[in-house]
This record gives sequence, C-alpha cells and structure tokens, in this order.
Amino acid sequence: MKTTIAALLLALPLLASAADFYDKMRGNVPLDQTTAPPPIVNPDNSDVRRSRNYAMQPPVVPHKIEGYQLDRNANRCMMCHARTRTQESQAPMISVTHFMDRDGNFLAELSPRRYFCLQCHVPQANLNPLVSNQFRDVDTMLNQAQPAQGASAPARKK
Amino acid sequence: MRRILKRYWDILRRPSVHLSLGFLTIGAFVMGILFWGGFNTIMEATNTEKFCTGCHEMRDNVFAELQNTIHYSNRSGVRAICSDCHVPHEWTAKIARKMAASKEVWGKLFGTIDTREKFEAHRLQLANNEWRRLKANNSLECRNCHQFDSMDFTKQSKRAVDAHSTQLARGEKTCIDCHKGIAHTLPDMAGVK
Repeated sequence: MKTTIAALLLALPLLASAADFYDKMRGNVPLDQTTAPPPIVNPDNSDVRRSRNYAMQPPVVPHKIEGYQLDRNANRCMMCHARTRTQESQAPMISVTHFMDRDGNFLAELSPRRYFCLQCHVPQANLNPLVSNQFRDVDTMLNQAQPAQGASAPARKK
Repeated sequence: MRRILKRYWDILRRPSVHLSLGFLTIGAFVMGILFWGGFNTIMEATNTEKFCTGCHEMRDNVFAELQNTIHYSNRSGVRAICSDCHVPHEWTAKIARKMAASKEVWGKLFGTIDTREKFEAHRLQLANNEWRRLKANNSLECRNCHQFDSMDFTKQSKRAVDAHSTQLARGEKTCIDCHKGIAHTLPDMAGVK
C-alpha cells in the first residue's frame, strides 16, 4: 500500500507536466524553456488623458516614451512635466506630492524618491489582459449598493 | 634668406626652356584633376562610418549609443551615419568643419577622451559644441533629410503638431532646441536650458 502511494506521488508531477501545462502568459511552453516574445505593440499615442480608476492612482502615460532617457544625467519626462516647463509644453505638471521628501517637507524641485517616473506611470497599449480581473471603481460600487431600509441613500452625482 | 627666395622667384619667373606650352598647360590640367579628385576622395573617405568608428573613442562611446536609436535601426531601413549629422553637406561649410576637425586629431593624438571616464567628463562640452553648431545653422543637418515643407501634420501626433506648427513654423525654435539627445545619450543636464 505504502509503495503504491509513494509511486503515485512520484508519478503525479510527471503526468501533470507532460501534456496539461498551460499558463496564460507562457502558453504551452514549459517553465524550463524560453518563450518566443510577442511582437512589440504600438503604445497609445493619442495624448487623451484617461480617467483614474481610483483617486490615488498614478495617471497613466497617454503617449509614446520610446527612447526616453531616464538616468542620472537626464530625465526626459521632466523636460515637459517639470514645473518650469509646463507653460511651454502644456503638459500636466508633476503633482505637489512629488516635491515632498518622505517627512513631508517641500523641496525646490522633484524629490529624488520620485525621480524614476516609470515606477508608477506607465504607457498603455490596446491589448487583451492576460490575467482577467473584476475590478470596479468605487462609484460603480456605490451606485450598485442597495439603499438601506427606510433611509434612502442620496443620489450620487457622476 | 632673402637671396634664396630671390633665386627661386627668378626660376619661377623664367620661361620654360625645354618643356612646350602645350605640355605645361595640358599637364597642369591633368594634374589638377588628379590632385582635386584625390583630395576629394580622401575627404570623402574621412566621411565614412568606417573611418569614424576606426577609433575606439567613437566606436565604444557615441557609436554604441547611436545603435539603439531610430537613426540607426528602424522599420524602414533608412540609416543616418555619423557624417550625415556631423558634417555639413555644402562644400564651403564642409571644408570649414574639416579644418575645425584638426582639433579632434589633436585630441586623438594626446588622448583627451581615450578612456570612458575622460569621455564622460567631456560629454557636456562635446554635446555643447554640437548643440551650438546646430543652433547656429538652424539645424541644417537635420533639415538635409527632415524638410519642414514635407511634414504632414495630419500624420503627426498631437504633441508633435502643437510644437511643429507653432514655434518651428514661426522660426522661433529649431530642431535641436527640443530634440537633444535623440542620437546619443545626454550629458548631465543640470543647468542646461
């Protein structure tokens, strides 16, 4: 009996890995092999600002940033989004939080901890999400909620 | 000294005794073609990518950086080589630039930028040279290929149209004002307007 169970346990991963392996991002390619990369997509370059999914969301980048230099020497994003450049570029200024150090003191310019824009702000491309999600924003949730008994919830403005 | 000069001057002034006028004129004509052709051939040779990347200073620094950019590799296979942007196409300006390049020969001989560290230390100065030159000639080398009149604004992105149809069109700004660092890595931009 014991040997049968042991044999089954040993054989189980082998059986599973042989044919059934499937991953949304990897496809059928086993973990020990390299997948063929998909072609590079053209990112959204429409310059139309998208609404945020929640109030604290870092706004996404509605334009191409290919080849933008972002290193110790230069920050291409700040050439338009810096406070001093926005009149000329008409780009949105980096938010006031970006001038604060972690103690909440305001600095003269972009705080070093906010220097690498792409940590939070990313360009967008029209693709099918590899991992599905059911996120709904808070307004959708509130509008769906049933009003409590007796007291009717005030109608929410869009 | 004076006597030597006078002797050569007298030789030059004396009519030729043995050589015919025909030989002298046709010979001078042929030699002229040979010298001029040779001069231009050599000058063109110094305009090739092979020549520019013959030194490690160019090959390992600026040429390596160029290879990631749109001017080197792109979907349509059009490539700009070093001299397309850094040497004027027009003859007089080209000769002027080639004479100015003797400074670069000096730099090569004395190893001004022969290590990565030295190159990085000079990067702002080197970039400034090119920015100043392109600013002064209204980005002539850009415009050898990128003609303002040929730009189709309906095919540009909104941001590009906003910039090109206003400040570029009015001549207030020139290409290099905004397009710094498109072919090579930018130097430390602190303090650069």
